[in-house]
Amino acid sequence: MTIMVNQLEYLKETASQTAGPYVHIGLAPKQAGFDIFEHNFGSVLAGPRTKGERIRVEGRVFDGSGTPLRDVLIEIWQANAAGKYNHPADRQKKPIDRTFRGWGRGCSDFKTGVWAFDTIKPGSVMGRNNRPMAPHISFWIVARGINVGLSTRMYFSDERAANEKDPVLNLIEWEVRRKTLIATREERKGQVVYRFDINIQGPDETVFFDI
Amino acid sequence: MKLPSQQHGEFYQRDRTIHPPAYAPAYKTSVLRSPQKSLISLQNSLSEITGPVFGTDELGPLDNDLIMNYAKTGLPVGERIVVHGQVLDENGHPVKNALVEVWQANAGGRYRHRNDTYIAPIDPNFGGCGRALTDENGRYFYRTIKPGPYPWRNSVNDWRPAHIHYSISGSGWAQRLITQMYFEGDPLIASCPILRTIPSEAAVRQLIAPLDRNAGIQLDSLAYRFDIVLRGSRATWFENAVQADGPMQGE
Ligand SMILES: [Fe+3]
Repeated sequence: MTIMVNQLEYLKETASQTAGPYVHIGLAPKQAGFDIFEHNFGSVLAGPRTKGERIRVEGRVFDGSGTPLRDVLIEIWQANAAGKYNHPADRQKKPIDRTFRGWGRGCSDFKTGVWAFDTIKPGSVMGRNNRPMAPHISFWIVARGINVGLSTRMYFSDERAANEKDPVLNLIEWEVRRKTLIATREERKGQVVYRFDINIQGPDETVFFDI
Repeated sequence: MKLPSQQHGEFYQRDRTIHPPAYAPAYKTSVLRSPQKSLISLQNSLSEITGPVFGTDELGPLDNDLIMNYAKTGLPVGERIVVHGQVLDENGHPVKNALVEVWQANAGGRYRHRNDTYIAPIDPNFGGCGRALTDENGRYFYRTIKPGPYPWRNSVNDWRPAHIHYSISGSGWAQRLITQMYFEGDPLIASCPILRTIPSEAAVRQLIAPLDRNAGIQLDSLAYRFDIVLRGSRATWFENAVQADGPMQGE
Protein backbone atom coordinates (compact mmCIF):
# COMPACT_ATOMS: atom_id res chain seq x y z
CA MET A 1 0.00 0.00 0.00
CA THR A 2 1.28 3.46 -0.89
CA ILE A 3 0.72 6.00 1.85
CA MET A 4 -0.02 9.45 0.48
CA VAL A 5 0.68 12.64 2.34
CA ASN A 6 -1.98 15.30 2.89
CA GLN A 7 -1.94 17.80 0.06
CA LEU A 8 -1.26 21.48 0.66
CA GLU A 9 -3.98 23.55 -0.93
CA TYR A 10 -2.21 26.56 -2.32
CA LEU A 11 -3.47 28.02 -5.56
CA LYS A 12 -1.04 28.83 -8.35
CA GLU A 13 -0.47 32.40 -9.44
CA THR A 14 -2.07 33.21 -12.80
CA ALA A 15 0.60 33.20 -15.51
CA SER A 16 1.81 36.49 -16.92
CA GLN A 17 1.40 37.43 -20.58
CA THR A 18 2.86 40.31 -22.56
CA ALA A 19 1.06 43.66 -22.39
CA GLY A 20 1.15 43.68 -26.20
CA PRO A 21 1.47 46.66 -28.54
CA TYR A 22 -1.90 48.15 -27.63
CA VAL A 23 -1.47 48.35 -23.86
CA HIS A 24 -2.30 52.06 -24.05
CA ILE A 25 -5.93 51.36 -24.92
CA GLY A 26 -6.54 49.82 -21.56
CA LEU A 27 -4.14 51.64 -19.30
CA ALA A 28 -3.67 55.03 -20.96
CA PRO A 29 -6.44 55.47 -23.55
CA LYS A 30 -5.58 59.11 -24.27
CA GLN A 31 -2.20 57.97 -25.54
CA ALA A 32 -3.96 55.41 -27.78
CA GLY A 33 -5.83 58.35 -29.30
CA PHE A 34 -9.23 58.55 -27.64
CA ASP A 35 -11.02 59.81 -24.59
CA ILE A 36 -13.25 57.43 -22.65
CA PHE A 37 -12.85 57.65 -18.86
CA GLU A 38 -13.84 60.59 -16.68
CA HIS A 39 -10.81 59.96 -14.51
CA ASN A 40 -7.47 58.96 -16.04
CA PHE A 41 -4.43 57.62 -14.24
CA GLY A 42 -1.29 59.50 -15.17
CA SER A 43 2.31 60.45 -14.66
CA VAL A 44 1.84 63.43 -12.33
CA LEU A 45 2.13 62.18 -8.75
CA ALA A 46 2.55 65.42 -6.81
CA GLY A 47 -0.37 67.77 -6.19
CA PRO A 48 -0.04 71.47 -5.41
CA ARG A 49 -0.04 70.83 -1.66
CA THR A 50 2.19 67.77 -1.61
CA LYS A 51 5.19 68.15 0.69
CA GLY A 52 8.69 67.63 -0.66
CA GLU A 53 11.16 68.64 -3.33
CA ARG A 54 9.54 68.77 -6.78
CA ILE A 55 11.39 66.61 -9.26
CA ARG A 56 10.92 65.24 -12.74
CA VAL A 57 12.14 61.73 -13.46
CA GLU A 58 12.68 60.96 -17.12
CA GLY A 59 14.44 58.52 -19.37
CA ARG A 60 14.18 55.96 -22.09
CA VAL A 61 14.11 52.18 -22.16
CA PHE A 62 16.48 50.55 -24.68
CA ASP A 63 16.31 47.10 -26.24
CA GLY A 64 19.30 44.88 -27.00
CA SER A 65 20.06 46.75 -30.23
CA GLY A 66 20.20 50.12 -28.47
CA THR A 67 16.85 51.20 -29.93
CA PRO A 68 14.49 52.98 -27.53
CA LEU A 69 11.19 51.24 -26.84
CA ARG A 70 8.47 53.55 -28.07
CA ASP A 71 5.61 51.44 -26.79
CA VAL A 72 6.65 50.87 -23.19
CA LEU A 73 4.40 51.45 -20.18
CA ILE A 74 5.96 52.17 -16.79
CA GLU A 75 4.46 52.35 -13.34
CA ILE A 76 6.28 53.77 -10.35
CA TRP A 77 5.69 53.43 -6.60
CA GLN A 78 7.36 55.49 -3.94
CA ALA A 79 7.24 56.78 -0.39
CA ASN A 80 6.39 60.38 0.49
CA ALA A 81 8.92 63.03 1.46
CA ALA A 82 8.97 61.69 5.03
CA GLY A 83 9.76 58.17 3.83
CA LYS A 84 6.33 56.64 4.41
CA TYR A 85 4.19 54.67 2.00
CA ASN A 86 0.52 55.56 1.71
CA HIS A 87 -0.57 52.00 2.54
CA PRO A 88 -1.85 50.30 5.71
CA ALA A 89 1.06 47.84 5.84
CA ASP A 90 3.52 50.67 6.47
CA ARG A 91 3.57 50.97 10.27
CA GLN A 92 6.57 53.30 10.51
CA LYS A 93 5.86 56.18 12.89
CA LYS A 94 5.95 58.84 10.20
CA PRO A 95 3.26 61.14 8.77
CA ILE A 96 1.13 60.17 5.78
CA ASP A 97 0.72 62.88 3.17
CA ARG A 98 -2.97 62.71 2.17
CA THR A 99 -2.21 64.55 -1.06
CA PHE A 100 0.25 61.93 -2.22
CA ARG A 101 -0.66 58.37 -3.25
CA GLY A 102 2.88 57.69 -4.43
CA TRP A 103 1.87 55.88 -7.61
CA GLY A 104 2.04 56.92 -11.23
CA ARG A 105 1.72 55.47 -14.69
CA GLY A 106 3.44 56.78 -17.81
CA CYS A 107 4.12 55.82 -21.41
CA SER A 108 7.05 56.50 -23.67
CA ASP A 109 6.48 58.94 -26.50
CA PHE A 110 5.62 57.11 -29.75
CA LYS A 111 8.37 59.01 -31.62
CA THR A 112 11.20 59.63 -29.16
CA GLY A 113 10.72 56.88 -26.58
CA VAL A 114 11.04 59.41 -23.75
CA TRP A 115 8.86 58.90 -20.66
CA ALA A 116 8.61 61.21 -17.63
CA PHE A 117 7.02 61.49 -14.19
CA ASP A 118 6.43 64.63 -12.14
CA THR A 119 6.75 63.79 -8.49
CA ILE A 120 8.61 64.59 -5.27
CA LYS A 121 11.82 63.14 -3.98
CA PRO A 122 10.96 60.35 -1.52
CA GLY A 123 12.45 60.12 1.96
CA SER A 124 14.34 57.14 3.28
CA VAL A 125 12.25 54.10 4.26
CA MET A 126 13.31 51.61 6.92
CA GLY A 127 14.43 48.37 5.33
CA ARG A 128 14.69 44.86 6.69
CA ASN A 129 16.53 44.29 9.94
CA ASN A 130 16.44 47.97 10.84
CA ARG A 131 18.73 48.95 8.02
CA PRO A 132 17.46 52.14 6.38
CA MET A 133 17.11 52.10 2.61
CA ALA A 134 18.39 55.03 0.58
CA PRO A 135 15.62 57.05 -1.09
CA HIS A 136 14.41 55.15 -4.12
CA ILE A 137 11.49 54.70 -6.51
CA SER A 138 10.24 51.25 -7.55
CA PHE A 139 9.68 50.69 -11.28
CA TRP A 140 7.52 48.17 -13.14
CA ILE A 141 8.02 47.97 -16.89
CA VAL A 142 5.75 46.25 -19.41
CA ALA A 143 5.59 46.26 -23.22
CA ARG A 144 5.16 44.11 -26.27
CA GLY A 145 7.89 41.46 -26.10
CA ILE A 146 8.19 41.56 -22.30
CA ASN A 147 6.60 38.35 -21.04
CA VAL A 148 6.70 39.12 -17.33
CA GLY A 149 6.77 42.74 -16.13
CA LEU A 150 10.29 43.85 -15.17
CA SER A 151 10.91 45.19 -11.67
CA THR A 152 13.71 47.52 -10.79
CA ARG A 153 14.54 50.46 -8.50
CA MET A 154 15.80 53.94 -9.17
CA TYR A 155 18.17 55.62 -6.70
CA PHE A 156 19.42 59.23 -6.65
CA SER A 157 22.93 60.37 -7.65
CA ASP A 158 23.04 63.05 -4.94
CA GLU A 159 22.47 60.47 -2.15
CA ARG A 160 25.93 59.00 -2.33
CA ALA A 161 26.39 58.30 1.37
CA ALA A 162 22.96 56.69 1.74
CA ASN A 163 23.42 54.70 -1.47
CA GLU A 164 26.71 53.27 -0.19
CA LYS A 165 24.89 51.82 2.82
CA ASP A 166 21.72 50.77 1.03
CA PRO A 167 20.97 47.10 1.78
CA VAL A 168 19.54 46.42 -1.69
CA LEU A 169 22.32 48.05 -3.71
CA ASN A 170 24.80 46.17 -1.54
CA LEU A 171 23.09 42.91 -2.38
CA ILE A 172 24.26 43.32 -5.97
CA GLU A 173 27.46 41.32 -6.00
CA TRP A 174 28.84 43.04 -9.10
CA GLU A 175 29.68 46.52 -7.94
CA VAL A 176 29.89 47.77 -11.54
CA ARG A 177 26.24 46.96 -12.06
CA ARG A 178 24.99 49.08 -9.14
CA LYS A 179 25.38 52.26 -11.15
CA THR A 180 22.65 51.07 -13.55
CA LEU A 181 20.14 51.91 -10.79
CA ILE A 182 21.35 55.44 -10.08
CA ALA A 183 19.63 58.36 -11.81
CA THR A 184 21.69 61.46 -12.58
CA ARG A 185 20.57 64.78 -11.17
CA GLU A 186 20.44 67.69 -13.61
CA GLU A 187 18.96 71.15 -13.39
CA ARG A 188 17.08 72.35 -16.41
CA LYS A 189 15.55 75.85 -16.43
CA GLY A 190 15.25 75.79 -12.66
CA GLN A 191 13.64 72.34 -12.66
CA VAL A 192 15.31 69.35 -11.03
CA VAL A 193 15.41 66.43 -13.44
CA TYR A 194 16.69 62.96 -12.69
CA ARG A 195 17.71 61.10 -15.81
CA PHE A 196 17.18 57.35 -15.61
CA ASP A 197 17.82 55.29 -18.74
CA ILE A 198 17.03 51.59 -18.59
CA ASN A 199 18.78 48.95 -20.71
CA ILE A 200 16.89 45.70 -21.05
CA GLN A 201 19.97 43.84 -22.29
CA GLY A 202 23.53 44.46 -23.41
CA PRO A 203 26.78 45.31 -21.60
CA ASP A 204 25.08 47.93 -19.40
CA GLU A 205 22.01 45.82 -18.70
CA THR A 206 20.01 47.37 -15.87
CA VAL A 207 19.71 45.29 -12.73
CA PHE A 208 16.21 43.76 -12.57
CA PHE A 209 14.87 42.18 -9.41
CA ASP A 210 12.84 39.09 -8.71
CA ILE A 211 10.71 40.63 -6.00
CA MET B 1 -6.59 33.72 21.00
CA LYS B 2 -6.78 36.36 18.32
CA LEU B 3 -5.80 34.91 14.99
CA PRO B 4 -2.69 36.37 13.45
CA SER B 5 -3.10 38.77 10.61
CA GLN B 6 -3.01 37.20 7.17
CA GLN B 7 -2.18 40.54 5.64
CA HIS B 8 1.04 42.28 4.89
CA GLY B 9 3.68 39.62 5.35
CA GLU B 10 6.22 39.00 2.62
CA PHE B 11 4.76 37.61 -0.58
CA TYR B 12 5.52 34.01 -1.43
CA GLN B 13 8.36 33.60 -3.85
CA ARG B 14 7.10 33.80 -7.42
CA ASP B 15 7.02 30.37 -9.06
CA ARG B 16 8.86 31.21 -12.27
CA THR B 17 8.19 27.73 -13.74
CA ILE B 18 4.58 28.69 -14.47
CA HIS B 19 5.47 32.01 -16.10
CA PRO B 20 6.88 32.45 -19.60
CA PRO B 21 10.65 32.90 -19.75
CA ALA B 22 11.77 36.41 -20.74
CA TYR B 23 13.54 35.00 -23.80
CA ALA B 24 11.05 33.04 -25.91
CA PRO B 25 12.36 33.07 -29.52
CA ALA B 26 9.11 31.78 -31.10
CA TYR B 27 7.66 35.11 -29.94
CA LYS B 28 10.16 37.16 -31.91
CA THR B 29 9.81 40.52 -30.18
CA SER B 30 10.97 38.96 -26.90
CA VAL B 31 14.47 38.29 -28.29
CA LEU B 32 15.76 41.87 -27.95
CA ARG B 33 13.47 42.71 -25.04
CA SER B 34 14.58 40.06 -22.56
CA PRO B 35 17.22 40.57 -19.86
CA GLN B 36 20.14 38.18 -20.34
CA LYS B 37 21.46 38.36 -16.82
CA SER B 38 19.75 36.68 -13.88
CA LEU B 39 17.17 38.63 -11.95
CA ILE B 40 18.48 39.51 -8.50
CA SER B 41 16.28 37.97 -5.82
CA LEU B 42 15.05 40.44 -3.28
CA GLN B 43 13.51 39.63 0.08
CA ASN B 44 10.46 41.86 0.31
CA SER B 45 10.81 45.13 2.16
CA LEU B 46 8.11 47.73 2.74
CA SER B 47 8.69 48.88 -0.84
CA GLU B 48 7.40 45.55 -2.20
CA ILE B 49 4.73 44.73 0.41
CA THR B 50 2.92 48.03 0.07
CA GLY B 51 1.34 49.28 -3.15
CA PRO B 52 -1.12 51.80 -4.53
CA VAL B 53 -4.63 51.85 -3.07
CA PHE B 54 -7.56 52.61 -5.38
CA GLY B 55 -11.07 53.74 -4.53
CA THR B 56 -14.47 53.38 -6.20
CA ASP B 57 -14.70 57.18 -6.49
CA GLU B 58 -11.99 57.02 -9.14
CA LEU B 59 -14.10 54.91 -11.49
CA GLY B 60 -17.03 56.14 -13.53
CA PRO B 61 -20.45 54.41 -13.56
CA LEU B 62 -19.90 52.96 -17.06
CA ASP B 63 -16.28 51.93 -16.61
CA ASN B 64 -17.26 48.25 -16.35
CA ASP B 65 -19.71 48.42 -19.26
CA LEU B 66 -17.79 48.21 -22.54
CA ILE B 67 -21.07 47.91 -24.44
CA MET B 68 -22.19 51.36 -23.34
CA ASN B 69 -19.04 53.28 -22.35
CA TYR B 70 -18.23 54.37 -25.91
CA ALA B 71 -21.65 54.01 -27.57
CA LYS B 72 -22.11 57.10 -29.76
CA THR B 73 -24.81 56.44 -32.35
CA GLY B 74 -25.96 52.96 -31.34
CA LEU B 75 -24.73 49.70 -29.89
CA PRO B 76 -21.41 48.08 -30.82
CA VAL B 77 -21.51 45.15 -33.26
CA GLY B 78 -20.85 41.62 -32.03
CA GLU B 79 -21.73 38.95 -29.48
CA ARG B 80 -22.78 40.43 -26.15
CA ILE B 81 -21.02 38.75 -23.24
CA VAL B 82 -20.61 39.15 -19.49
CA VAL B 83 -17.25 38.28 -17.94
CA HIS B 84 -17.13 37.67 -14.22
CA GLY B 85 -14.76 36.12 -11.74
CA GLN B 86 -12.92 36.36 -8.48
CA VAL B 87 -9.46 37.65 -7.66
CA LEU B 88 -7.87 35.36 -5.06
CA ASP B 89 -4.41 35.08 -3.62
CA GLU B 90 -2.43 31.83 -3.49
CA ASN B 91 -3.90 31.14 -0.03
CA GLY B 92 -7.37 31.18 -1.59
CA HIS B 93 -8.31 34.43 0.17
CA PRO B 94 -10.25 37.01 -1.86
CA VAL B 95 -8.32 40.13 -2.81
CA LYS B 96 -10.65 43.05 -2.23
CA ASN B 97 -10.27 46.46 -3.86
CA ALA B 98 -8.06 45.03 -6.58
CA LEU B 99 -8.04 47.19 -9.68
CA VAL B 100 -8.90 45.06 -12.72
CA GLU B 101 -8.36 46.82 -16.05
CA VAL B 102 -9.23 45.20 -19.39
CA TRP B 103 -8.74 46.05 -23.05
CA GLN B 104 -9.50 44.25 -26.27
CA ALA B 105 -10.12 44.33 -30.02
CA ASN B 106 -13.65 44.78 -31.37
CA ALA B 107 -15.74 41.96 -32.88
CA GLY B 108 -13.73 42.18 -36.12
CA GLY B 109 -10.37 41.92 -34.40
CA ARG B 110 -9.42 45.61 -34.69
CA TYR B 111 -8.16 47.78 -31.83
CA ARG B 112 -9.06 51.42 -31.40
CA HIS B 113 -5.40 52.39 -31.37
CA ARG B 114 -3.52 54.76 -33.64
CA ASN B 115 -0.90 52.07 -34.33
CA ASP B 116 -3.35 49.30 -35.36
CA THR B 117 -3.67 49.20 -39.17
CA TYR B 118 -5.52 45.88 -39.59
CA ILE B 119 -8.10 45.97 -42.43
CA ALA B 120 -11.11 45.15 -40.18
CA PRO B 121 -13.09 48.34 -39.51
CA ILE B 122 -13.12 50.38 -36.34
CA ASP B 123 -16.51 50.11 -34.64
CA PRO B 124 -17.73 53.69 -34.04
CA ASN B 125 -19.55 52.56 -30.91
CA PHE B 126 -16.83 50.51 -29.28
CA GLY B 127 -13.85 51.81 -27.30
CA GLY B 128 -12.50 48.50 -26.09
CA CYS B 129 -11.44 49.25 -22.56
CA GLY B 130 -12.94 49.08 -19.12
CA ARG B 131 -12.13 48.57 -15.46
CA ALA B 132 -13.58 47.47 -12.16
CA LEU B 133 -12.62 47.23 -8.51
CA THR B 134 -13.17 43.90 -6.78
CA ASP B 135 -15.71 43.84 -3.94
CA GLU B 136 -15.33 42.48 -0.38
CA ASN B 137 -15.29 38.94 -1.78
CA GLY B 138 -12.78 39.69 -4.50
CA ARG B 139 -15.46 39.56 -7.20
CA TYR B 140 -15.53 41.63 -10.37
CA PHE B 141 -17.63 41.69 -13.52
CA TYR B 142 -18.02 43.67 -16.70
CA ARG B 143 -19.91 43.30 -19.95
CA THR B 144 -18.55 43.65 -23.41
CA ILE B 145 -18.54 42.37 -26.99
CA LYS B 146 -16.64 39.17 -27.66
CA PRO B 147 -13.40 40.20 -29.40
CA GLY B 148 -12.44 38.74 -32.77
CA PRO B 149 -9.15 37.00 -33.57
CA TYR B 150 -6.59 38.97 -35.58
CA PRO B 151 -3.41 38.35 -37.59
CA TRP B 152 -0.10 39.77 -36.42
CA ARG B 153 3.45 40.02 -37.66
CA ASN B 154 5.47 37.26 -36.06
CA SER B 155 5.60 34.37 -38.48
CA VAL B 156 3.69 35.51 -41.61
CA ASN B 157 0.54 33.56 -40.88
CA ASP B 158 0.29 33.89 -37.10
CA TRP B 159 -3.10 34.72 -35.60
CA ARG B 160 -4.03 35.66 -32.09
CA PRO B 161 -6.95 33.71 -30.65
CA ALA B 162 -9.75 35.91 -29.32
CA HIS B 163 -8.49 37.37 -26.04
CA ILE B 164 -9.00 40.12 -23.51
CA HIS B 165 -5.95 41.78 -21.96
CA TYR B 166 -5.94 42.11 -18.16
CA SER B 167 -3.96 44.26 -15.77
CA ILE B 168 -4.43 43.57 -12.06
CA SER B 169 -3.19 45.64 -9.17
CA GLY B 170 -3.64 43.87 -5.83
CA SER B 171 -2.74 45.00 -2.33
CA GLY B 172 1.05 44.97 -2.73
CA TRP B 173 3.51 46.10 -5.38
CA ALA B 174 4.94 42.59 -5.77
CA GLN B 175 1.50 41.28 -6.80
CA ARG B 176 1.32 43.42 -9.93
CA LEU B 177 0.28 41.24 -12.86
CA ILE B 178 -0.49 41.63 -16.53
CA THR B 179 -2.03 38.76 -18.49
CA GLN B 180 -4.59 37.74 -21.12
CA MET B 181 -7.84 35.80 -20.94
CA TYR B 182 -8.82 33.37 -23.71
CA PHE B 183 -12.17 31.74 -24.56
CA GLU B 184 -13.14 28.09 -24.19
CA GLY B 185 -13.28 26.27 -27.51
CA ASP B 186 -11.22 28.71 -29.58
CA PRO B 187 -9.36 26.62 -32.23
CA LEU B 188 -6.54 29.20 -32.46
CA ILE B 189 -5.47 28.65 -28.85
CA ALA B 190 -3.35 25.60 -29.64
CA SER B 191 -1.09 27.41 -32.11
CA CYS B 192 -0.74 30.82 -30.45
CA PRO B 193 2.97 31.69 -30.08
CA ILE B 194 2.25 34.06 -27.20
CA LEU B 195 0.21 31.55 -25.21
CA ARG B 196 2.87 28.95 -25.97
CA THR B 197 5.54 31.01 -24.22
CA ILE B 198 4.00 29.57 -21.02
CA PRO B 199 5.81 26.35 -20.17
CA SER B 200 3.14 24.76 -17.96
CA GLU B 201 -0.01 23.23 -19.41
CA ALA B 202 -1.90 23.82 -16.18
CA ALA B 203 -0.91 27.49 -16.26
CA VAL B 204 -2.21 27.80 -19.84
CA ARG B 205 -5.50 26.19 -18.84
CA GLN B 206 -5.85 28.75 -16.05
CA LEU B 207 -5.99 31.48 -18.73
CA ILE B 208 -8.87 29.91 -20.68
CA ALA B 209 -12.24 31.12 -19.42
CA PRO B 210 -15.03 28.52 -19.51
CA LEU B 211 -18.45 29.40 -20.85
CA ASP B 212 -20.69 29.85 -17.80
CA ARG B 213 -24.24 29.23 -18.99
CA ASN B 214 -25.73 29.89 -15.57
CA ALA B 215 -24.29 33.38 -15.27
CA GLY B 216 -25.52 34.58 -18.66
CA ILE B 217 -28.44 36.95 -19.01
CA GLN B 218 -31.41 35.21 -20.61
CA LEU B 219 -32.24 36.37 -24.13
CA ASP B 220 -29.37 38.87 -23.87
CA SER B 221 -25.79 37.72 -23.15
CA LEU B 222 -23.63 34.64 -22.70
CA ALA B 223 -21.18 34.68 -19.79
CA TYR B 224 -17.60 33.57 -19.26
CA ARG B 225 -15.89 33.09 -15.93
CA PHE B 226 -12.30 34.14 -15.35
CA ASP B 227 -10.75 33.78 -11.90
CA ILE B 228 -7.37 35.31 -11.25
CA VAL B 229 -4.79 34.28 -8.66
CA LEU B 230 -2.30 36.81 -7.32
CA ARG B 231 0.64 35.99 -5.10
CA GLY B 232 -0.16 35.06 -1.52
CA SER B 233 1.53 36.53 1.50
CA ARG B 234 2.99 34.92 4.57
CA ALA B 235 0.93 35.04 7.75
CA THR B 236 2.72 37.05 10.40
CA TRP B 237 2.59 34.47 13.25
CA PHE B 238 6.09 35.47 14.14
CA GLU B 239 7.00 38.98 13.21
CA ASN B 240 9.76 39.09 10.67
CA ALA B 241 12.26 41.83 10.18
CA VAL B 242 10.50 43.69 7.40
CA GLN B 243 10.04 46.95 9.23
CA ALA B 244 11.17 48.84 12.26
CA ASP B 245 8.06 49.79 14.20
CA GLY B 246 6.25 46.47 14.27
CA PRO B 247 6.15 44.25 17.34
CA MET B 248 8.93 41.77 18.14
CA GLN B 249 11.40 43.62 16.02
CA GLY B 250 15.07 43.03 15.90
CA GLU B 251 17.89 41.18 14.33
FE1 LIG C 1 -4.21 41.75 -28.14
